Amino acid sequence: MASLDRTARTFLLSEVVSGFLLTLKYMFKPKVTVNYPYEKGPLSPRFRGEHALRRYPNGEERCIACKLCEAVCPAQAITIEAEPRDDGSRRTTRYDIDMTKCIYCGLCQEACPVDAIVEGPNFEFASETREELMYNKEKLLANGDRWESEIAANLQADAAYR
Amino acid sequence: MPKLKIDGVEIEVPAGITVLQACEMAGVEIPRFCYHERLSIAGNCRMCLVEQEKAPKPIASCAMPAAEGMVIKTDTPMVKKARNGVMEFLLINHPLDCPICDQGGECDLQDQAMAFGFDRSRYHENKRAVPDKELGPLVKTSMNRCIHCTRCIRFATEVAGVEELGATGRGESMEVTTYVEHALSSELSGNLVDLCPVGALTSKPYAFEARSWELSKTESVDVLDALGANIRVDTRGATVMRVLPRLNDDINEEWIGDKTRHAVDGLRYQRLDRPYVRKAGKLAPATWAEAFTAIASKLEGVDGKKIAAIVGDQCDAEAMVALKDLMAALGSPNVDCRQDGARLEAGVRAGYIFNPGIQGIDQADAILLIGTNPRLESPVLNARIRKRYLTGRCAIASIGSVADLTYPTERLGAGPATLRELADGKLGFSEKLKAAKNPLIIVGMGALSRDDGTAVLALARELAEKANAVREDWNGFAVLHTAAARVGGLDLGLVPGEGGRDVAGILEGAQAKEIEVVYLLAADEIDTQKLGKAFVVYQGHHGDAGAHRADVILPGAAYTEKPGTYVNTEGRVQLGRRANFPPGEAREDWAILRALSERLGKTLPYDTLDQVRSRLVAVSRSFAALDQQVAGNWGTFGKAGPTSDAAFASPITNYYMTCPISRASRTMAECMASRQQLLAAE
Repeated sequence: MASLDRTARTFLLSEVVSGFLLTLKYMFKPKVTVNYPYEKGPLSPRFRGEHALRRYPNGEERCIACKLCEAVCPAQAITIEAEPRDDGSRRTTRYDIDMTKCIYCGLCQEACPVDAIVEGPNFEFASETREELMYNKEKLLANGDRWESEIAANLQADAAYR
Repeated sequence: MPKLKIDGVEIEVPAGITVLQACEMAGVEIPRFCYHERLSIAGNCRMCLVEQEKAPKPIASCAMPAAEGMVIKTDTPMVKKARNGVMEFLLINHPLDCPICDQGGECDLQDQAMAFGFDRSRYHENKRAVPDKELGPLVKTSMNRCIHCTRCIRFATEVAGVEELGATGRGESMEVTTYVEHALSSELSGNLVDLCPVGALTSKPYAFEARSWELSKTESVDVLDALGANIRVDTRGATVMRVLPRLNDDINEEWIGDKTRHAVDGLRYQRLDRPYVRKAGKLAPATWAEAFTAIASKLEGVDGKKIAAIVGDQCDAEAMVALKDLMAALGSPNVDCRQDGARLEAGVRAGYIFNPGIQGIDQADAILLIGTNPRLESPVLNARIRKRYLTGRCAIASIGSVADLTYPTERLGAGPATLRELADGKLGFSEKLKAAKNPLIIVGMGALSRDDGTAVLALARELAEKANAVREDWNGFAVLHTAAARVGGLDLGLVPGEGGRDVAGILEGAQAKEIEVVYLLAADEIDTQKLGKAFVVYQGHHGDAGAHRADVILPGAAYTEKPGTYVNTEGRVQLGRRANFPPGEAREDWAILRALSERLGKTLPYDTLDQVRSRLVAVSRSFAALDQQVAGNWGTFGKAGPTSDAAFASPITNYYMTCPISRASRTMAECMASRQQLLAAE
């Protein structure tokens, strides 16, 4: 009986038909792929992407050189040097992140008492050379300036859960 | 011996100690801010509250004497609540700026807030704001953080002996201040930073430079004065970031002088990091091989008697013994470790060390200072004398220049004549010395590095013997050195041999062209103008006087960069350890001498540090015992003779710049400027 059933299915091409039916069904459903890079998927406000150093609205850099991020970094990717600025405030003279060492764990932004170092929503920073991934303070501050509105919105959205 | 019960454990403690100390003996830690072992008891922070049975309220354990039959509890809910409450009060006005505070990571308040504090604040009003004070180039203030423990005030008044800090106002409006704004005039002001349990007083040169957790710590020994203070060198990468004192009750207790602490930035500037050879009148960079060849070709065929070596003030014993052996191999008797021309002899050890030991000062009951200003020569030792003065019943007198030593001294006279009178018993103070149980006679380099130094030394010995200062159980004859390498050099016998020349003789010989080659082992305190046309080899770490005159420069290592053995003024042998590596091509000093000896065809018989150290012990048995003072044999030293009338003057007039390291230090330059400003204002 079983062999009869199998023979009938084979000659009636039932598997092929059910396969085409499934394909046909998805032709009428909405698309799940996106046309990257013209389209992008949604990101959580907690997404941990490229790092940025933020500024206060008046343009003053937030980082106070407390070195907690450097201390907490499990990959030891952060290097900071500090000294008093001319006005006597505590500032970094050097803030480097080796993005090839970074494991994007987000501990740096958790350690930061002033929300200066953050991992922004940008994930498109691949480069052709390793050198380009050695970020210095200038690059990080520029990142902050570029992404500030997104970062601020993300922090705002996540504030209730922190 | 009262017996008391602490947390259910019965313990017998010495009479006269406090409950807090008793708790510590019982192994119970009591949190505290204002209490400090070496300062008077203030009892104003209230952090040390404990419960005493039958007492109506918690007691401040730091101020309560331990008494018979007390029952103390330190782990009850009442104690916990008391600590929690005190902590909350302390934090009311303490700003939340740990991230920008240099004390962060090594802060008593931070640690104790974690251990005993409440995890949130119930205080929502405005915090107190206090203007910062200016305390000079070493101490940075942030008075908002002050919790009024008054440790700084007590330290300045009691230990440093400068009554310049005080508090105005009371309660919330209390402020620690110098009343009129001026820099502290103490050589020990750096210790305020260590004492401050919060970040109100932090180190100004070190401001924001590093965090405590980034530093690697190396236990070492200081060489900027002859005290041999125990220090901890904190380095980050290849840079020495700071120097902190290490506890050693026999030497420096837990204080160090400002030069020891803050001259280390000099290690970053003016360093010799490669060999140089003078070509056509100008020093040109060279390789080690070229430098050695230059020396070897110069030394070829030169008679040993025409070669001389001068040893600097901060050399380690390993380098000194290597130099001694090299000079012996070259057949030169002209070796001297006494750059300042001190008339000390190498033979009788008791004749050139601080025999009673630094701790002996505590037992002395009559102190005579001859030609020394300990405040400038060794501020920590001076603080020890002051401590002895404060305990009372100790007559202190001085012969020599007048100076404020932070304790009153009876000034007997200016020069050797007074010493003569004293030895002959013609002065009132001789009676006091004789009557004293433990008389202490401190002879400084101001009295010995003069032409009549030998006679003065003999006079001092005579006085010590007449005053019964040299006995089986007590030797009160003490030489206070100014150079860290001096005792080691004398122990190793780095003095002119048979027919040899001393420093003055070498310089004379160089001018008269009787000396052709002079080897300076980090010797910068001589008059290099007087080296005449001699070929000068300078081996050292800084581009100072010696290097400027040199024909060949061999870059050596500074004291933090090599494992070295040093002998302090007491004759105590101590090990300095390597904290970082010397810059560039610079090398350890004994290794340079060993390599040079091979090039000269007189290979020294040691290849490793251990072998050099065995050689040290072979030359002088005193190097066999580490970290303990080896008593010297007493004998005849010095030679009676005519003395001049010139007054004794301390060799150090400027505390902040005495060696190549401190001269290269910017912090020390600032201190000097600040001190001059202070003196001008007076």
